[in-house]
This record gives sequence, structure tokens and C-alpha cells, in this order.
Amino acid sequence: INHIVHNGGLYKRPFNEAFEETPMLVAVLTYVGYGVLTLFGYLRDFMRQWKIEKCQNATEREEQKDFVPLYQDFENFYNRNLYMRIRDSWNRPICSVPGAKVDMMERVSHDYNWTFTYTGRVIKDIINMGSYNYLGFAQKTGACQEAASKVLSQYGAGVCSTRQEMGNLDKHEELEKLVARFLGVESAMAYGMGFATNSMNIPALVGKGCLILSDELNHASLVLGARLSGATIRIFKHNNMQSLEKLLKDAIVHGQPRTRRPWKKILILVEGIYSMEGSIVRLPEVIALKKKYKSYLYLDEAHSIGALGPSGRGVVDYFGLNPEDVDVMMGTFTKSFGAAGGYIGGKKELIDYLRTYSHSAAYATSMSPPVVEQIITSVKCIMGEDGTTIGEARVQQLAENTRYFRRRLKEMGFIIYGNEDSPVVPLMLYMPAKIGAFGREMLKRNIGVVVVGFPATPIIESRARFCLSAAHTKEMLDTALKEINEVGDLLQLKYSRRRLVPLLDRPFDETTYEETED
Amino acid sequence: QEKEELIEEWQPEPLVPPVPKDHPALNYNIVSGPPTHIITVNGKECINFASFNFLGLLNNEKVKSAAQASLKKYGVGTCGPRGFYGTFDVHLELEERLAKFMRTEEAIIYSYGFATIASAIPAYSKRGDIVFVDEAACFAIQKGLQASRSNIKLFKHNDMADLERLLKEQETEDQKNPRKARVTRRFIVVEGLYMNTGDICPLPELIKLKYKYKVRIFLEESLSFGVLGPHGRGITEHFGINIDDIDLISANMENSLASIGGFCCGRSFIIDHQRLSGQGYCFSASLPPLLAAAAIEALNIMEDNPDIFQTLRAKCERIHKALQGISGLKVVGESFSPALHLQLKESSGSRENDVKLLKRVVDYCMNSGIALTQARYLEKEEKCLPPPSIRVVITVEQTEQELDKAASLLKEAAQSVLN
Repeated sequence: INHIVHNGGLYKRPFNEAFEETPMLVAVLTYVGYGVLTLFGYLRDFMRQWKIEKCQNATEREEQKDFVPLYQDFENFYNRNLYMRIRDSWNRPICSVPGAKVDMMERVSHDYNWTFTYTGRVIKDIINMGSYNYLGFAQKTGACQEAASKVLSQYGAGVCSTRQEMGNLDKHEELEKLVARFLGVESAMAYGMGFATNSMNIPALVGKGCLILSDELNHASLVLGARLSGATIRIFKHNNMQSLEKLLKDAIVHGQPRTRRPWKKILILVEGIYSMEGSIVRLPEVIALKKKYKSYLYLDEAHSIGALGPSGRGVVDYFGLNPEDVDVMMGTFTKSFGAAGGYIGGKKELIDYLRTYSHSAAYATSMSPPVVEQIITSVKCIMGEDGTTIGEARVQQLAENTRYFRRRLKEMGFIIYGNEDSPVVPLMLYMPAKIGAFGREMLKRNIGVVVVGFPATPIIESRARFCLSAAHTKEMLDTALKEINEVGDLLQLKYSRRRLVPLLDRPFDETTYEETED
Repeated sequence: QEKEELIEEWQPEPLVPPVPKDHPALNYNIVSGPPTHIITVNGKECINFASFNFLGLLNNEKVKSAAQASLKKYGVGTCGPRGFYGTFDVHLELEERLAKFMRTEEAIIYSYGFATIASAIPAYSKRGDIVFVDEAACFAIQKGLQASRSNIKLFKHNDMADLERLLKEQETEDQKNPRKARVTRRFIVVEGLYMNTGDICPLPELIKLKYKYKVRIFLEESLSFGVLGPHGRGITEHFGINIDDIDLISANMENSLASIGGFCCGRSFIIDHQRLSGQGYCFSASLPPLLAAAAIEALNIMEDNPDIFQTLRAKCERIHKALQGISGLKVVGESFSPALHLQLKESSGSRENDVKLLKRVVDYCMNSGIALTQARYLEKEEKCLPPPSIRVVITVEQTEQELDKAASLLKEAAQSVLN
């Protein structure tokens, strides 16, 4: 399905998003692959039960053998038989700054991934296409690191108290004012963990008697926050505005399910960039719907803040919209700012309410001062307030890298999901065997990639996900592309049936591309 | 038609209700500079009796230089969750060190103290399982239980008879439906030192109940890690219990270790499960390496100086004695607990008024150079809301003079405000 939308003037530039359908043969072969693995899984479990094969798992204590078993046998079936085989693609330990190139500790397994040993060698200079380092602020030198170092020696590493008690430092106040200015909202509040920002503040905003409309592919933190709030949750199809409109209409017209009383509030939960699909939310349409049906919008910009928009201010900037239209702007500092934590921005009443009633303000320790300083310096850099144009240059570089990389991959014939402008690039693998093979082959060629399978994605749609960074130079991208091409040929990953005609020269410019169909 | 009218007419509530300007939790104290022993609150220099810096490691030079070295090597953030290039060698080292220190097989680190127990409980306890939890459990435990969707049974604070009664009731239920009982997991969740009351939990009796009724124990040691026991290993060392008897120990590193984050430790059989099903572990970025390095250095200091625990305990006893007999305020907490509460002996009847009274006591002390704070709760969200209180925290860095000064100042403040 290919959408090129200029929907009635709501969009100022073309919105190009593509999710090519799975080829039928590939789908069938994938199911066959999983079937074979499941059969072998049952066989191995049978052999382990009858002690023909050694059981490698950790087991329960002797004294507690007659307790109710802690795990269901079936729960771990997937873990034991499928995940274990390719476990070396995940949890790879690194020992340098997670920048464009990274050093990894070498590990080997002599018993098919049940245990790992470190050989002690370090694989140096792996091109890092897996870390969320969109603007390249993961650095061990430079203005940000020096400022953080100074604050560390002055303030120490921890805080040992909550925001409402004795943990509110002047640094936190400074950070919040700066973030509010950066986003263009009245006020902001910062928290120590991005996941916790969602799971602790959504329950503070909505409760029983409210309705939450959440996108199909929302992140675990949004789902957990919605569940903990006690509100009714309804799910609309991914990025599908007709589905959302239908749900909104039904909700207002019919009211709450049994009592037919009107809903107290309706909250729409969407993300800026969906990290598994690489798609960007259709924000102009969502805002139009929100205004028409008088509901509230909660926008989670975990991946899009800093990464989208001509000045790096996220998806609102990318579409050229007014930040005041979004009721709750949430985001994290982990990805584009090279630090840790999350924030919520919005009107002053909202933030005052959160300062009083947020779970995190009352019970969770506040952010660590050097981390706060890193965020302050990096935000100032992006805004250009530190006197240099480094921030602006990085935002531009990321946009160029994104377009170049995506274009080249499509020319090679891979199936790439998602929006043209999203720096998250999922490349479809489909078959379970290729998941492990792709990760290992790329590592052999000194490129670190992230592969994801079930349960983070639907069972046949496993993928490799590249995260582009402003720190990647054109040479690094070209090397990576060359290797991906090789591995793609080796593993037969070039499934796409609609190739782009390659441009003879590849200038970095702002023009949109024309699709030519086969 | 009709539908259009309904849509026109419907008015939602405002997103958030307005908060009155003088709400006690709205106006934060602003601390300028580091929250160490001498703290500058709202422009005034005070002695810090409010930060949980029990072992005084917040300002320790060795800890800071270890963090600096890590900052120079790794930068600040990790830019990824543990599964995707977010696992650093410092994380692995910290996990090994914690496991060795606590003498368990394995440990797992979280990047946020609150998320530690709130992610650990739902990883094991699902819908249909039964959890027996103390009434005074902290908010993080309550959120973990809510996320797990299990059946919660509260027992009175530290009342083993009440717990046994509930366990017996459950046993009779089980006999009615043995097939269901065979797959229903049971857990007891307790804290070592309770944050809300400063008491210690009677662990030896709990162990007996564990084996009698076949329930697993999850122990939350945020306050007791680095405080109880001759080497600071927590309540199991304090009572001399075999650590393998406790199924899971969870603690946060934000109190004694003066860092950020939390950890769980126990046998590999139990801990390894969280690496795939702990929500706060899989779906969240890992702990910044400089904080992990600070925690490792803090652990080193704890291992090298086991006498600080004795010093801390002596100071706690001293101030506990000194605070007895203040008119109008009673001390709540064990004599060796470094986090005490001072509650009003007689409540005025409304919580708001009590809070206002205590605020005046706290302000009096702050104006005279002792920084205190009220214990903050979310009143509508807590299951069993504790009464309003002033939190008094004892650290190793406070001298005996300062302890005495604090005690006498509190006496004065209580006299002037409450009489």
C-alpha cells in the first residue's frame, strides 16, 4: 500500500509512507520455517524430559520442588527453543561510547548459546546502526561532556530524595524552563526515566469513566500507563484516521458501555515515530479530528524529538503545526539528546497538576545532575544558543542521511517499511533463520545491526532495524550499504517487486522522488 | 442529524482540574547546589536531615572520580535498551559485584529505582495468582501489584497472626478446588525496613510460614540495604537467614549507594526470567554508565569500611532517644532505622490541618538551620494512607552535636507551634 497524500491542504508537503505487502511465497515459507522449528522444539523438549538430552536451564531449589511451579512450561517454549538459537544477536556488550563507531566485547558460545564466555578480545570500530543516537550527542568529548563533568564534580552523581521532598535542585528548574522554551509550550516537567514518564503520568491524567483511544502499535510504556489508569481502552488501526474517527463518533454518540452516560474525557494516545514500523503519525489529521470531537491528544515523541523537523523540534515542527494544539507533549531524552529521562510539556495548569499529583514527583528520586546538564547543553546546542551552528548542521545531516540511505536500500530491492523521512529504517527479513543469519553476517563484516522478531513484531514480519545518526558520514553509510547489499544477495533478502529507478547522480536536495512502478 | 447534535452537545471535563496555588505539594523547595550534608534550601544554609544519603556517599571524592572516569570513557547516555547495544561492560561488572556482595547467584539492574519492584512483581505474578502484601507497603509495590492483575490480600502491618489467618483461609479454598490450586502461584511481598513506618519485618516467622504454606517471598530492601547487618547486606544478614530462602530481593541504589537505579538479586532460576519479561528492563534504556561506575565505587567503599554501619546505627539510637518526649509529637520507627517519622500525638481531625501544623514545625526548623521535610504521599492513590508526618533521616556524616541540635530544635518548634 503506498500513500502519497496531500489531503486538502492539511499537509504542507507530501506524506510518503509505504508498507509493501508480504509476497505470498515468502509468507508461506516463513510459516513452514516456524512449523519446522516448533516440531523440533517439541522433539527436544521430549528428549529433555526423558533425560536423553541434558537440560541446560537453571532449575528450582530442592527444598522448593513441591511449591507451585513458578513458570508454566509452555510460557518458556518459545524462549527455550526459538529464542535460544539466535540469542547471540541481542544483549551484545559494548565497551566504548555508543557513537557512530563502537567497540564490542567478543563473546563465544560452545554450547549453542546456552552460556557465553568472553574471549577478552575487543572488536573495534564496528559501524553502529543500532543505537538510538539520532543527533550524534553520544560523545565522550565536546561541550556537553565537559559541562556534565563540571556538574558531576560539583553536585555528585545521585540525589537521594524525591522532587516533592528535598530533591528539587536548581538544575531541575533550569532544565524544565529550557525544555518548555525548546518545545514552544508554556511549561514542562522532567522525569528520570522515559518508560516511567508514561506509566506514571497517564494514570494521573485519566481514570475510571474516561476513554483512551490508543494506536495498535503503541509502545509498552503507553499500554502499561493506559492499563494502570483504569480507563476504558479502545484500539484503532495503526495510523488509520478513518478507524480513529469511527471510534470517536461511536464513543460520543453511545457513551459508556453499560450505563450510557457520557464519557468524562477522551484521550488519544499516539507516538511521533513508531520505532518498529518507521512510520510517522498523521498529525495534521489527528489534530483536526481532536478539535472536531473535543478530545485530548497525548503525543509520545520518544523517537521523533530532535530527529524530525527543520529545527529538530519534533513531529510538530515537521508538519509546521502549532505546539499548543497538542495537549500533552511527551518525549524522552535518551534518544536524540544522549542522556536519560523523559519530559512532559503543555499548559501551565497541566504541569502544575502533574507537579502535585504525578506518581513520579511524590515517590521517585529526581534526575541525576550530570545527566541534567548533558540535556541542557545538548538542547542549547540544537537551538543554536551556544553560539555555534553545530545543532542545525546535525539536524540537516540526519535528514540527508535518512533520505540517502532509504533511497539506496529501495533501489537495491529490499522491502523497507515506513515513512520516507523517518530515521528508523526497518528492513524486512520474514524468515526465522534469516534473523540470526543477518545479525551474524553483518557482525562478521563489522557492522552492528539490530534484528527483531516475535513478540515485538507480528510473527511473520521479523525485520532488521537501522537507526541512522547525524554522526554517520557518507563513507560509513556507503560501507554499510555495500555490506548490506552483499548480505542481501547471500541471504536472498531482496523481496521487493517494485524497484526505484536509480538516479544517475545522487545530489542531497529537497526534491521529492517519483515512484516508477515495474 | 441526531448524531451531529450529540457530538455538538457533548462537553468533556477539562483535562486537568485546577490546583489551588497554596497546595502543599505544589511549591517545591529549591535546593541550590549539591544536596549533601550542608544543603542550601530556598537560599538558606541548613544541615541536611531530609535526603536519604545514609552512608554519606553523595559527596565522596572517590565515587565522583570513578564517575568522572566513566564519563570520559562512555559519555553520558547509553542510547539504547539492554537488548540493543545498551549493555556496557560496567553494567555487567555492577551486576556481578552486587551478586557477589549479596552472596546470590545473579543480579539484574534497572535504570530507575521505582521501576525495579514495579517491573519485578508483574514478571512473575499474573492474573489469577495470589499475593499477600503488608498494608504499609510502599507505592512502588502497590503499582507493581496493580500492573500484575493478581488477587491482592492485605494483611495488617507486621501482624503474623493476621497473615496466617489469610493463609489458612486460602488453604481451605484450595481444598475445594485442587486443580486450580495446583497452578495458582502464591507470593508474599514485604519490605525489610518499611519506608512508611520505619519498622522492621519479622523475617524468621515469615520463613516458617513460607515453608508451611508453600508461598514464595519477595523482599523489598530499599531502606535496609547498606544499613542493616554487620556488613550492610540487609535484613537477611541482620537475622542470620540463609539468603537462598528468600526468592527475590529487590532494592534501589538511590539510598545507601547514592546513585540512581535499582537491582534485583536472587538465584539465576528466578532472576534470568526478568531479562525477557521485566518491562522496565526490556523496554527502557539502560542505566547511564557513569551512575553504574559510581555505584561500583560505592560498593567498594561499603566493602572496605564495614564499621560505618555500626556508626550509623549508633547515631540512629542516639537521636531516637533524644527525640522521645517531645510534646505533641511521637517518634514512629525502630531505634536503628535511619529514616524515622514524627507524627502528631493527637490529630486535629482533618488531614489538611495536620499538614499545615507540621509545615509550621518544619518551617521553624528550616529557619534555624535544620532542613527537614514532610513525608509526601498521593492522598487519593494510596491504599492505606499513612498519617501526615515529618521525615527525619540520619546519615553517617552528621556529628553528635548536630544530632543534639536537631533534637532540641524540634522540641522548641513543637513547643511553640503545637501549644
